[in-house]
Amino acid sequence: MGMEGIGARVARKEDKRFLTGKGRYTDDMVVPGMKYAYFVRSPHAHAKITGINVSAAKAMPGVIDVLDGKQLQADGIGNLICGWMIHSKDGSPMKMGAWRPLAVDTVRYVGDAVAIVVANSVAEARDAAEVVTVDYEELPAVITSVAALEAGAPQIHPEAPGNLIFDWQIGDGAATDKAIAEAAHVTEIEILNNRLSPNPMEPRAALGVYDEAEDHYTCYTTSQNPHVARLVMSAFYNVAPENKLRVIAPDVGGGFGSKIYIYPEEIVCLWASKKTGVPVKWTSDRTEAFLTDAHGRDHVSKVKMAFDKDHRIIGLKVDTIANLGAYMSLFSSAVPTYLYATLLSGQYAIPAIHANVRTVYTNTVPVDAYRGAGRPEATYLLERTMEVAARELGVSPAELRRKNFIRSFPYQTPVIMNYDAGDYEASLSAAMSAADWDGFAARRAEAEGRGKKRGIGMSCYIEACGIAPSQAVGSLGAGVGLWESAEVRVNAVGTIEVLTGSHSHGQGHETTFAQLVADRLGVPLASVNIVHGDTDKVQMGMGTYGSRSGAVGMSAIVKALDKVEMKAKKIAAHLMEADESDIVIENGALKVAGTDKTLPWFQMALAAYTAHNLPAGMEPGLKETAFYDPSNFTFPAGCYIAEVEIDPDTGKTEIIQFVAADDFGNIINPMIVEGQVHGGLAQGIGQALLEEVRYDETSGQLLTASYMDYAMPRADDLPSFKLSHQNTPCPSNPLGIKGCGEAGAIGSPPALINAITDAIGVEITMPATPLKVWQALQAAQPRMAAE
Amino acid sequence: MAKVTLTVNGRTMSGECDDRTLLVHFIRDKLGLTGTHVGCDTTQCGACVVHMDGKSVKSCSILAVQAAGSSVTTIEGIASQGELHPVQAAFNQHHGLQCGFCTPGMVMTAVDMINRHGGQLDEVTVRHELEGNICRCTGYHNIVKAVLSANEEMHGASRQAAE
Ligand code: FES
Ligand code: FES
Repeated sequence: MGMEGIGARVARKEDKRFLTGKGRYTDDMVVPGMKYAYFVRSPHAHAKITGINVSAAKAMPGVIDVLDGKQLQADGIGNLICGWMIHSKDGSPMKMGAWRPLAVDTVRYVGDAVAIVVANSVAEARDAAEVVTVDYEELPAVITSVAALEAGAPQIHPEAPGNLIFDWQIGDGAATDKAIAEAAHVTEIEILNNRLSPNPMEPRAALGVYDEAEDHYTCYTTSQNPHVARLVMSAFYNVAPENKLRVIAPDVGGGFGSKIYIYPEEIVCLWASKKTGVPVKWTSDRTEAFLTDAHGRDHVSKVKMAFDKDHRIIGLKVDTIANLGAYMSLFSSAVPTYLYATLLSGQYAIPAIHANVRTVYTNTVPVDAYRGAGRPEATYLLERTMEVAARELGVSPAELRRKNFIRSFPYQTPVIMNYDAGDYEASLSAAMSAADWDGFAARRAEAEGRGKKRGIGMSCYIEACGIAPSQAVGSLGAGVGLWESAEVRVNAVGTIEVLTGSHSHGQGHETTFAQLVADRLGVPLASVNIVHGDTDKVQMGMGTYGSRSGAVGMSAIVKALDKVEMKAKKIAAHLMEADESDIVIENGALKVAGTDKTLPWFQMALAAYTAHNLPAGMEPGLKETAFYDPSNFTFPAGCYIAEVEIDPDTGKTEIIQFVAADDFGNIINPMIVEGQVHGGLAQGIGQALLEEVRYDETSGQLLTASYMDYAMPRADDLPSFKLSHQNTPCPSNPLGIKGCGEAGAIGSPPALINAITDAIGVEITMPATPLKVWQALQAAQPRMAAE
Repeated sequence: MAKVTLTVNGRTMSGECDDRTLLVHFIRDKLGLTGTHVGCDTTQCGACVVHMDGKSVKSCSILAVQAAGSSVTTIEGIASQGELHPVQAAFNQHHGLQCGFCTPGMVMTAVDMINRHGGQLDEVTVRHELEGNICRCTGYHNIVKAVLSANEEMHGASRQAAE
């Protein structure tokens, strides 16, 4: 592997700028003449707009202009779209309601943007926004998905009668019903997956710069996928054609899915820059982030899992209602369908599966992918059901899982996915021994002696990463292909730039991608630079989400490197008068195998550019591009174990230990992979114990709109984690990588809730706050006393 | 409007600002030092932590005018002559940062914490002291490791110097 190559724990190249305060985030950008935007937002969950008066606001000090949705519409700016078409089981297309970047006649959630104020300072813009008078005629609001489907519920979009967006299914309903009818035991459970706010620490921001002389726009924005942003803003929102729009996503302070989407603010800032003739910058504050960043999860499901007399699962039936909020966000339709129900087989051989998913509009923030996107919901549902089943059947949770594990690959599930490789037993065993599962009974007894309730719980997750084969996702309704691009430029002095369509917002690509190049060419890490995040530099790319940058983004670099190598070898063979097939690349030099002839890498590069002596017919230069389209998803999997101790007097859960055993395939930089797992675990533990977006169900006001109300995991809420890897290389891509970005968030919630319910002996919903745990214990006590 | 003069990273600086301008905005917008970040509106996240007269403060929770005449150190001011401060180096070594957004505040908090405890730091104390700094990326695991390692480095080094 070498000191800097694949597999090395290299400290990150990008750290220095972040550690010295020299990171360049969107809000750090200053361009000449720049002014500041503040958005006027709806204070109501659902209302008709009967009038907007901006004259007082326009007269406020420092105000350049105040613009509303009618003006935006008149200028031909389009509505926001959902880019993944889902058809209901009756064949009808999903019912997409109009989402205007600035609301014109109706607002549908608290925070819906109505107008933009541009002023000399943020403070002046905010002052002016306060005197914009919008006349609203309030309408009844509906917040929960279940209530939105009830007869007589407030109607949110005329396009979607009964607030139903689609009613979709997957799998074999008849076979599943038959399995349930014939089962020796059926476990039935209702699963709630709590709504979350992604909360990257950098709030979203956008800076729109219109250059009149060139009729050209530049957008600096907090995006995980600047090329997708440019494509969508050009093709659908009519902001400007692609050649007239440059999107730059500089340093981005975390995304977790919430910065995939193109939001109203970047579109409006670009448009407002043209309207006002000044560059317009908007930076979200935290409350605005809670009010407008796409939320995650919010599923309500009913589950039936059927077992035969030997405790083998013979059928799984799932009925899910997913809340998509007030508008369909960019990939919202894919999350509760193809990213969710296709993972319902988990790590288990289940002959018959059927899932029905209804998605609904409510008067809440749009819901879309958040770290894991559909897979945490599937894993939580399955692993909670397995746990409850094990308790009902009176077998150990490990035994029930072992009995049902898939053990030979490739394995075709009844819900589309074809698992290519895995070893579920290996991670289960590793996790159990790391957690000293066998010693738990003694630890529990010891805790009991101190008046504490101990519990232990496991979760065996699988997820699908590296999205995804373009043709396959196209056939399932995706509006885009999900390949990735790379360009490798070898400079005349031999240093290298890699241009990638992946985007790093914490993942460390500037290091890991360079490690790949160093590994292949034997050049020092310091001579490799990774370029990303600018549509003027990188031609095209699909960006970073779904743990795809290693499996897909790096595979594209591999393909480009293959081409570079081929040309470099031709040049070297020519210069050293050897046969091309005898050239090997080692330690930064091209060598003729079996001889002492050698040509330093930089001399070969120089020769490519001087072009004084190249093979006949060869073009000068050394730069190659590749587009890589994956052949399959990848399937990271693992086993997580949580051990908790609960104080029955306070209901507080203390995590005694958290063990993660993961199979991520081959690993480029173990330190970075571990960091990804730590972060994912923290978010999953946050979901299980602390986090929940709450609305007032009558008024539709967001109750958790600051860090005073929304409980983010903090350092003293979490333990240090015990990690291990049991890797089976992924056969579906050249590096054997599966992806590690989301696993922690996917596998951890059920492990924790299984541990807590093990400790307290009653069911509980997420987040298992001290209050809820305490109440559950109180409610259970009289019954326990009566028994 | 007020004119605020203060010492920042050892240099006297001044700028005009509204009476209501927060120190963090003054540092970012008027002084152009954008390493200090804003992550919340309610003094919860710690992305804005700087040192004021030697103590760590959340620069979003005081007005620029309140800081007039004081000596402020920001994340840009703790490395010396291109050498990373031991806390910065430990964050790099132990992968204590991912997106980097919380990092300036984390580092400034950690420096202050290590200084205050005179070498007496353990994991529980570090986790407790980090309660006012939110990181969404790292799960804190490697931040805690980095702080403990920097603590060793700094106090080990000072012990050696004393010998
Ligand atoms: S910005 Fe100061 S604490 Fe969050
Ligand atoms: S490194 Fe991203 S928030 Fe801490």
